Amino acid sequence: MEQNIKENTIIEVKDLTIDFKVENGILRACDHTSFDIRRNETVAIIGESGSGKSTLCSGILNMVNVPGKVTSGTVTYFSEYQHAKADILKMSPQEETQFRWKEISTVFQAAQNALNPVLKIKEHFYETILAHQHNAKAEEMDEKIKKVLGYVRLDPAVMEYYPHHLSGGMKQRVLIALSLVLDPKVIILDEPTTALDVVTQYYILQLLSNIQKGFKITMVFLTHDIAVVSNIADRIAVMYGGEIVEYGRTEDVLGNPKHPYTKGLVDAIPTLHDDVTKRKAIHGTPPDLTQKFEYCKFKDRCPVYQEGKCEADYERTRTMYKTGDDRYSRCYTWAEQDTPNMNGGK
Amino acid sequence: MELIKIEHLGISFDSRTKKKEKVKILQDINLSIEEGEVIALVGESGCGKTTLGKTIVGLYPPSEGVISYKGKDITKLNKKEYMDYRLGVQMVHQDSFAALNPNRTIFQSLSMPLLQNHIAKNKKEAEDILREYFTEVGLTPPEQFLYKYPHQLSGGQRQRILLARALSVKPRVIVADEPVSMVDVSLRIALIDLMTRMNQKYRISFVYITHDLATARYVAKDGRLAVMYLGRIVELNNIREAIDNPRHPYFKALIAAVPSDIGRGKSEMKDLPLRSLDMPSVNNPPTGCSFHTRCPYYQERCEKETPKLREFEGGMIACHFAEEIP
Repeated sequence: MEQNIKENTIIEVKDLTIDFKVENGILRACDHTSFDIRRNETVAIIGESGSGKSTLCSGILNMVNVPGKVTSGTVTYFSEYQHAKADILKMSPQEETQFRWKEISTVFQAAQNALNPVLKIKEHFYETILAHQHNAKAEEMDEKIKKVLGYVRLDPAVMEYYPHHLSGGMKQRVLIALSLVLDPKVIILDEPTTALDVVTQYYILQLLSNIQKGFKITMVFLTHDIAVVSNIADRIAVMYGGEIVEYGRTEDVLGNPKHPYTKGLVDAIPTLHDDVTKRKAIHGTPPDLTQKFEYCKFKDRCPVYQEGKCEADYERTRTMYKTGDDRYSRCYTWAEQDTPNMNGGK
Repeated sequence: MELIKIEHLGISFDSRTKKKEKVKILQDINLSIEEGEVIALVGESGCGKTTLGKTIVGLYPPSEGVISYKGKDITKLNKKEYMDYRLGVQMVHQDSFAALNPNRTIFQSLSMPLLQNHIAKNKKEAEDILREYFTEVGLTPPEQFLYKYPHQLSGGQRQRILLARALSVKPRVIVADEPVSMVDVSLRIALIDLMTRMNQKYRISFVYITHDLATARYVAKDGRLAVMYLGRIVELNNIREAIDNPRHPYFKALIAAVPSDIGRGKSEMKDLPLRSLDMPSVNNPPTGCSFHTRCPYYQERCEKETPKLREFEGGMIACHFAEEIP
């Protein structure tokens, strides 16, 4: 991908490769991925399970664990307006402890399991604050906790509760509050609304959207559900087989996809008011990432290849092509020709 | 023909905290399932939709009211009729991993009901039957799946196996409890299409339990939709009519919460028409209309009187002020 670092880049991922050693070889969960996240924007990384979105984020946080290994690439963090650059992957453990949560925090998937069942809610917050400010006073901390709980519209009384007293939606809100407690610049949210009801989901998305606007925080959403992020993300990165296959503004990518996989995803989402017969699944299953690829990774599921309009040349999918203003696609066939307009909305 | 008829069904469980007290999970449910019909049951978690599904399959005995299968009360069936009922009404569970025994191969798990119920005389015959159904649900070639263990298969494949298991005993009704919620978006439509095909080919009735309205619309197509709230059905209508023109204030809020217009890009998120986010506890349900604590249109009457499910503009709705709500 063309890399002109703009003024407002906050995280730049360059050529990041993460390999996992598995029984029958090497599984490349993240394959020479490059992209940038800009200050104060909401980016959504979309992909099916196993597409490598969580791995990519563990790379950004330098949390890749054995048997995983970063085999190439850099992740650069630009703190306030590029005065300082930091290579996240080369931080010392001390630097890392200070960096994490203060600059980038995370809301983990499955809120049910992310809280310690024998700690009160407030103790989770104490722990986090004390790790960064060793001499923080209890009153100040309580003040701060009440404030962040207010952001997610929770009653301060929940501070005294244990996790099992709370519903799934409340736990998720506690985790969002926890991620805000040190005023981070970036929050990474891993499937923040999966396993929640539509009403709760809507409410949490609305909260996040308001927090993003109010505090000018950069948010990175990881999800498999396009519909969920379509109204709150500025930009979308679509991942497939460990690669980003399309990247651009939400309305461009979803409104007029320039990669057959994105188009397939958009066509597969059931919505409330469209023609019931029009939706179709992407047939086939995601590729086995332990193999050595000789063709485009999407070949076996790609309608363009099956129609004989593309030869699925592996080498040509190694770069991304500019397909419009600030948008890129990995499909060279569609990048070259005008794609048929599709009906991604009304 | 009415396959299943539910009349004034109530289910109560023992209270966990207070002994001798009962918690009412379902109250006054009336629903009938016709042959070949698809009914979608929607509602938030904790509204009782799974309990209703399990009661239809016969896993919970009704505390009040009657469920009849082919016109007979299911608690008063003789042994033969009961077997017929249990085979005729099958369930597909939400968590496909938990629904298959991890220590058995797929064939071991799936041949059991066939042999037990004398649908197949021996293992050879059972294998033939299963091959046929595996091909039907798109698991080809079947031998690739029959002798595998559940952990060797993907979520979508396991979900298909559960469907094949339910189909293999030639049921009349399948209760599908969130069958696609744990499957990737790109594969959901394929599973939904599969259910539609089974519905049309074998005239199997489906009860599709979900909290995802968009997929409910795809599964039910021309069927009916029942919206549940705190153990009661609050709206029941033809699914297209219900979604295009929701009438109950709760259902209006549900519809508003579903993301729409995905090609539009970033946009403002309006407040939902609800007074509070959290659903009241079933241990201590509100008096009168159970929705009044969250309803933006509530009036004094709602706190005192429980609305009955009544006919309104061609559908059924449980709201005192259906006529006045815009």
